[in-house]
Amino acid sequence: MSPILRLAMRVLTWLSLYANPTRFMNVSGMVLPWLWALAGILAVLGLYMGFLASPTDYQQGQTVRIMYVHVPAAWLAMMGYGMIFLSSLGSLIFRHPLADVSAKAAAPIGAAFTLQALVTGSIWGKPTWGTYWAWDARLTSFLILFFLYLGLMALWQAIEDQSKAGRAAAILAIVGSVNIPIIHYSVVWWNTLHQGASVFRADGPTIASVFLWPLFLMMGAFTLLFFALHLTAMRSEILRRRVASMLSRRADQAAIPPAIPAGQTS
Amino acid sequence: MMAPFLELLTRDVRLALREGGAIGTALGFYLIVVAILPLGLGPDLNLLSRIAPGILWVALLLSALLSADRIFHADHEDGTLEALSLGPLPLELVAAAKAIAHWLTTALPLALMAPLLGLMLNMEISAYPPLVGTMLVGTPAISFIGSIGAGLTLGLRRGGLLLSLLVLPLFIPVLVFGVGTISAILAGPGGFWAPLAILAAFSVAAIVLAPLATAAALRLHL
Repeated sequence: MSPILRLAMRVLTWLSLYANPTRFMNVSGMVLPWLWALAGILAVLGLYMGFLASPTDYQQGQTVRIMYVHVPAAWLAMMGYGMIFLSSLGSLIFRHPLADVSAKAAAPIGAAFTLQALVTGSIWGKPTWGTYWAWDARLTSFLILFFLYLGLMALWQAIEDQSKAGRAAAILAIVGSVNIPIIHYSVVWWNTLHQGASVFRADGPTIASVFLWPLFLMMGAFTLLFFALHLTAMRSEILRRRVASMLSRRADQAAIPPAIPAGQTS
Repeated sequence: MMAPFLELLTRDVRLALREGGAIGTALGFYLIVVAILPLGLGPDLNLLSRIAPGILWVALLLSALLSADRIFHADHEDGTLEALSLGPLPLELVAAAKAIAHWLTTALPLALMAPLLGLMLNMEISAYPPLVGTMLVGTPAISFIGSIGAGLTLGLRRGGLLLSLLVLPLFIPVLVFGVGTISAILAGPGGFWAPLAILAAFSVAAIVLAPLATAAALRLHL
């Protein structure tokens, strides 16, 4: 067996371990405080290095510091959708019980980070480009990503049966995933106002390392923050579903009429 | 496989033509939207003629969306969809036949009506052929992507509104490249093949891939 195949089988086995919601709740409960703590430490370090200890750009001045918030938020917006895409595959192909929960939990978080990226980018655009908004390929495709997130959240809300809603949202997520490569390559395929790729490039980053280190710290902090938020949201959703099923069981029991003893009429 | 497919297609087209109301409503909506836009934008004919292709494209998208939720609605309500899913045609081909029927009975008439509405917007004569051409190339994508939304929102209250929210972001590339082709043609000879080819690629990809997603969505509701 090829090593990749073996690795894939290991990952799938590990994922299937967490199909049991109780085990998931236990493990995520143990992991979460560490995630929050690590995210907090990296955030403090990154914010200190980015806003206090790093130099200003020769052209942009102090406004370059928005990069330390805007770029991680944009990266997370795309990673959030990637998480939803993988969860959707897990839901449709593998019928993993927690895949639905994962996709539902990730949607509002991804939408929030997308909005944050759009707003911080807009604030950054005013001093550097002279405009809050431009209809270039990168910004437009990012706006489409935001609409896709909103559509997913609306679909989850509109269908009452949660497992049906999960599969419908999974189909929509997979259809919309074509947008992600479009976003990434939009600065390559079109002449855009938004700058080209300077970090995730085949030749390596083109940003000076004095800017790159705070950026990586902030990306790490945001990524851990996403996972912490995602796990928390998944736990809330599992608890919400447990409450809903307990309520419906209680309603069922209350609806069963008391037994009429034999020999009595009406 | 061809005979049941064509039968389903002709059945849907015949039903839509007999019913008449849906096609008429979509065309009427197109007419009214294009008519009130100059009232909002001001009667400056120069401005209107510059933005006419864009207005006509956007209004076409909205009008096509209006009728998208009826693609499966009637058959789902009376159980025909279940019967179709048990029949000789795979559900993907059922979805494809219904999307083609929607294109023939809604999107195509809208595209053919666009030049008449271009008169109201003082569109320049040289823009008429590119307008109709890009609409003919792009409307199959609209019908097929609309059918995905129709399948996902089947049976929901206010499903039509949700369908619009879900499907319009997926229409944006069609809109961008459709209007881009028209601008490229009007700007000068040559150079329009790129956006036109990408528009055609979207349509072809939608025709091939959308029925898969639509069928998956229909199976949810059956």
